[in-house]
Amino acid sequence: MQTIAARFQLWPEVAFALVMATAPLSAGEPADATKLANLVRQDCGSCHGLTLRGGLGKPLTADHLRGWSREQLVSIILDGVPGTPMPPWRPLLSEADAGWIVDRLQQGNLP
Amino acid sequence: MMIAARLLMVLLFVLPATARADNLRGTGNLGVVVERATGSVLIVDTTARKALGRVEGLGDLSHASLVFSPDQRYAYVFGRDGGLSKLDLLTATIVRRVMQAGNSIGGAISDDGELIAVSNYEPGGVRVFDAQTLDPVATIPAIGADGKASKALGLVDLPGRRFAFALYDAGEIWIADLSAPEAPAVTKLTGVGKLPYDGNVTPDGRHYLAGMFGEDGVVHVDTWHSLLKAERILNGYGRGEEALPVYKMPHLEGWAAVGDKLLLPAVGHHELIAVDLRSFAEVGRVATYGQPVFAVARPDGRHVWVNFAHPLNDTIDVVDTESLKVIHRFAPGPAVLHMEFTPRGNEVWVSVRDADRVDVYDAATFAKKAEIPAQKPSGIFFTARATRIGQ
Repeated sequence: MQTIAARFQLWPEVAFALVMATAPLSAGEPADATKLANLVRQDCGSCHGLTLRGGLGKPLTADHLRGWSREQLVSIILDGVPGTPMPPWRPLLSEADAGWIVDRLQQGNLP
Repeated sequence: MMIAARLLMVLLFVLPATARADNLRGTGNLGVVVERATGSVLIVDTTARKALGRVEGLGDLSHASLVFSPDQRYAYVFGRDGGLSKLDLLTATIVRRVMQAGNSIGGAISDDGELIAVSNYEPGGVRVFDAQTLDPVATIPAIGADGKASKALGLVDLPGRRFAFALYDAGEIWIADLSAPEAPAVTKLTGVGKLPYDGNVTPDGRHYLAGMFGEDGVVHVDTWHSLLKAERILNGYGRGEEALPVYKMPHLEGWAAVGDKLLLPAVGHHELIAVDLRSFAEVGRVATYGQPVFAVARPDGRHVWVNFAHPLNDTIDVVDTESLKVIHRFAPGPAVLHMEFTPRGNEVWVSVRDADRVDVYDAATFAKKAEIPAQKPSGIFFTARATRIGQ
């Protein structure tokens, strides 16, 4: 029987807290735009498609997002859509991050 | 020109026959690694533990999967953008390719190897193709009892030239018999539950199970019963505990059927549920590091390797199936997406997406045996799947 390394005995909630602690605090350009863009393509992309043309989740191209306000989309990212697989990202993303993502998606210029 | 041709003919006769035999190789130890961001796949050799070549031009491979021909020579790649590509593993080339839908999620090959079925989100339904030519054979639109088109997913082959799949939006399970391919005979089980998000069949091809996103429960269909019906199992498995946000859907592909038990991910919980394969009652839980995405059994069924959803996706838990306890936990690297065992379970390949690498581990000692560079690798598929029902 092998013992599990000490670092894994932290509760996952502490892991969340660590992620939150490293989230950017400023309201401007996020600390790591590359990392955020990678999250959108690779992790949001799991449901929305790597090319953002949809999958289990709706397409996220500029055309598809035209009818939505910035506030609505930021709210969807942070609080999810209850009753559907869209989860609330608030534990992992700041308002600034969500705003940056929405701007890039609505303008169609995600790096 | 003629002189050159004659010289060439002389050379060919002079070459010893043994030189040609050295160029022959088998495909039983080959595999395919999906490079999800670059529309390419690697052909890999699991004995040499290296890549033999890359095939490009496969379109959008985010969430791509594939099945193999019975002779283990060809791979049929199902791309997200509806691309269906037949690859020759020996020449590392695309031999046929069609765009068969707008948005696609997975596929299957019939038990006789003659038909390829693809499950599509857009247009919702299943399309069936000739495995030799990729010519279209049949289309089964996924129109639910509500009259609306549903996304089709959870597609697997069943014995008897049949396929089973789920209708996500309508909450149905369909079994299609393609014995007469121009007129598929479809049995529709309606109102099975809310948002079946994936399905799979046990290794004997008998029990089809679909996990539900919209409620705590799993749907079971015993395909041996001629009067097919869907029954609910594991109802209320969340036990009233608030489900955590799900940042990546769990997958039933590669679920762990180990002896008399099945290990399934519990949606929104840091747990696997152990189910008895005769009674389908819950027989235990495994507390895991994060929310499981894949639970893949070592072929002997003694261990199950589990990876997790973002943001805890750098870690793998190894579960002992006798005790239902995690006996080893380690972090191969950022974004562990998939795991695949060699056919007799001596080694396991692990894709580490954000390290642009596939790692090979000894499945008994957990020692790393090799690293293979790969561009944003996701799914790993070995040719032995060609011999397994439902894979």
